[in-house]
Amino acid sequence: MLNTYVVYVENKPGVLTRVASLFRRRAFNIDSLTVGRTEKPEVSRMTITVDADHDQARRIEANLYKLVNVLLVENITTEPAIVRDLAMIKVAATHEARSHVLELASVFRARVVDVAPDSLTIEITGGEDKIDGLLEVLRPYGVLEMVRTGIVAMRRGKSSAPVSTTNNTDHDVAEEDVSHSV
Amino acid sequence: MENKTSMTGASILWECLEREGVKTVFGYPGGAILPAYDALKGSKIHHILVRHEQGATHMADGYARASGKVGVAVATSGPGATNMVTGIATAMLDSSPIVCITGQVGSKLIGSDAFQETDITGVTLPITKHNYLVTHASEVARTIREAFYVARSGRPGPVLVDITKDAQQTTCDFDWEAAKPQLPGYRPDLSPERKEYEQALELIRNSKRPVILAGHGIIISGAMAEVREFAEKAGIPVALTLLGLGAFPASHPLNLGMMGMHGEAWVNHTIQEADLLLAFGMRFDDRVTGNLKTYASNAKKIHIEIDPAEINKNVKVDVPLVGDLREVLHQLLPHVETIDRSEWLDSIDQLKGDAAVRDIQNLPDSGHLYAAHVINDLWRETRDGETVVVTDVGQHQMWEAQYYKHEKARSLITSGGLGTMGFALPAAIGAKVARPEAEVWVVAGDGGFQMTLCELATIVQEKLKVNIAIINNGFLGMVRQWQEFFYERNYAATPLLNPDFAKLGEAYGIRSMTVTERSQVVPSVQAARQHDGPVLINFRVEQEDTVYPMVAAGASLHEMIRRPSKIVETADDE
Repeated sequence: MLNTYVVYVENKPGVLTRVASLFRRRAFNIDSLTVGRTEKPEVSRMTITVDADHDQARRIEANLYKLVNVLLVENITTEPAIVRDLAMIKVAATHEARSHVLELASVFRARVVDVAPDSLTIEITGGEDKIDGLLEVLRPYGVLEMVRTGIVAMRRGKSSAPVSTTNNTDHDVAEEDVSHSV
Repeated sequence: MENKTSMTGASILWECLEREGVKTVFGYPGGAILPAYDALKGSKIHHILVRHEQGATHMADGYARASGKVGVAVATSGPGATNMVTGIATAMLDSSPIVCITGQVGSKLIGSDAFQETDITGVTLPITKHNYLVTHASEVARTIREAFYVARSGRPGPVLVDITKDAQQTTCDFDWEAAKPQLPGYRPDLSPERKEYEQALELIRNSKRPVILAGHGIIISGAMAEVREFAEKAGIPVALTLLGLGAFPASHPLNLGMMGMHGEAWVNHTIQEADLLLAFGMRFDDRVTGNLKTYASNAKKIHIEIDPAEINKNVKVDVPLVGDLREVLHQLLPHVETIDRSEWLDSIDQLKGDAAVRDIQNLPDSGHLYAAHVINDLWRETRDGETVVVTDVGQHQMWEAQYYKHEKARSLITSGGLGTMGFALPAAIGAKVARPEAEVWVVAGDGGFQMTLCELATIVQEKLKVNIAIINNGFLGMVRQWQEFFYERNYAATPLLNPDFAKLGEAYGIRSMTVTERSQVVPSVQAARQHDGPVLINFRVEQEDTVYPMVAAGASLHEMIRRPSKIVETADDE
């Protein structure tokens, strides 16, 4: 099954390589990996989806923790979470097709972000299913170009354990942050 | 020293190494590390010049394994750094704490394919526990402190620190206290939950046929006394991995010996028949489990292991206890009950009649010299002292494991996980430097010895008393054995045309001899021990001898290839 991890890492050069290399080395297939800034400049946040069974999923978590720059790993696969993907889709839209495409975009609550004489570019945000759905109905008009960011995810309700990289020289990470049983 | 002193990055490097307790480093100079070498003159650290950077890493590794302290290797950028790769991978797979310092081209040149530029942090990323690229003098102190901390804590491993030439040359304020490690994500100190302890104790209590699987983690954790107390209190026999040898005394009545591919039949049968495996600091490597589908299929498994990523990796376990082995055993010991398991122990004893390895002291001399003779006699002669045997990889390594009875931890140093030929000679140098009072013996095959024999010069230059036993059968013996069993005796590329090793040794200024008969073994070992310099003995042994028993790769652990006819008869076992 697809597992979704939220991974907090130190914002340092080479950390993305370390994470990506880990998946390659242990022969786990990344389905999607996104990385970006967080509310703390010294921390980056990754959302990683991987196809793995239960045991593999636990070992992925344990292996991620072996990377010195990894601060926190959460497997949110079975937790209530907001999961979003963003796509930009350039659709062939000649004069007569244009209104149909606009209508479809509006049904999917997508936005038109660029209009050219023979094409429209639509931006859509949502779960992967929603984007797949829009893509499917647009295909007959001719999808000229598409880009997707891959998913970002956030647990609903309570916040993830805060992570600080300052004043933590004694490695005194709170006990509840430590994954004991694997 | 004041809190803040202005120093070059190169001087800070040596100062920090000294403060980390380093007395000796193993290295080889070159362009990008020259500023560091220039600053060495102001340091108390002794630098041992190696002949190849791979040797430097094995020496650091041997130093670490002999002492438990962090070993340090130094090399220049590019080829110097890439020559370290094999040694780093060796240390990684055997959890050996080493720190490798490499020079790097100037920070402005990085990425330009400058002379002797290699992206060594990229190259070593999957074979180091962690690595660093240092581009400013101000980062040197913290990085070195972090490197040592990461290398030795938790599950130990190699850490590489790549320092650009300008970071070595430029000056900055040095403040040791302020350069504390900042590793917010690094959590080496895990401990099990109470309920896991209870589950483990419950399994132990209910077990009728338990076995302890003793691994390298016992030695790393320093848990030898605790394991012994545990085994004795609970009456549980102990089987050892190759790297576990010495963690539990060979002469102890509960010691079964080495398990796995070349373990004695009774050890493997005992594991297969057990109802509970207690894995202590071992990782269920394929060389000890054989076919996983049939491995100890009736046994519950308790896995005490410091690395959570090892849990359920190869073998699914019932109770994982993730933490430092010594700490975990301290928690368990007061609650372990003494249970009479004599029925189980008696049944194992009955299997012991079926041994491949016997005391061969009293065998008639048939004119053949077997490696087993050499190693058994070496053991007899050196058993009472503080001896460290450092082996290479192959048949001689397995014979050493079978015929040399290790009583103490850190008395055997060998490349287990990576199986690195060429390991023995340089690792023995590291061991001797770490423990000058110990008697250090290299036991190497004629193949592996030739991979790193240039380090004979290092032995001589450093005036080290290291004895070298070459088990010379004129073959890449273990490969030949596989060809014998699995490739219809097609000895493709395994016969070796060797130099005269005794003459070679003499050329380096090392007292050398050749032994071809069994009667010469003990006198040659005695002569080597009495000589106050290094000695090389070329033992010309039987060419097509075979390590028995053997579990073929992928076979079930209880399916062993046995010795076809008994070439050895029993004498009184010790």
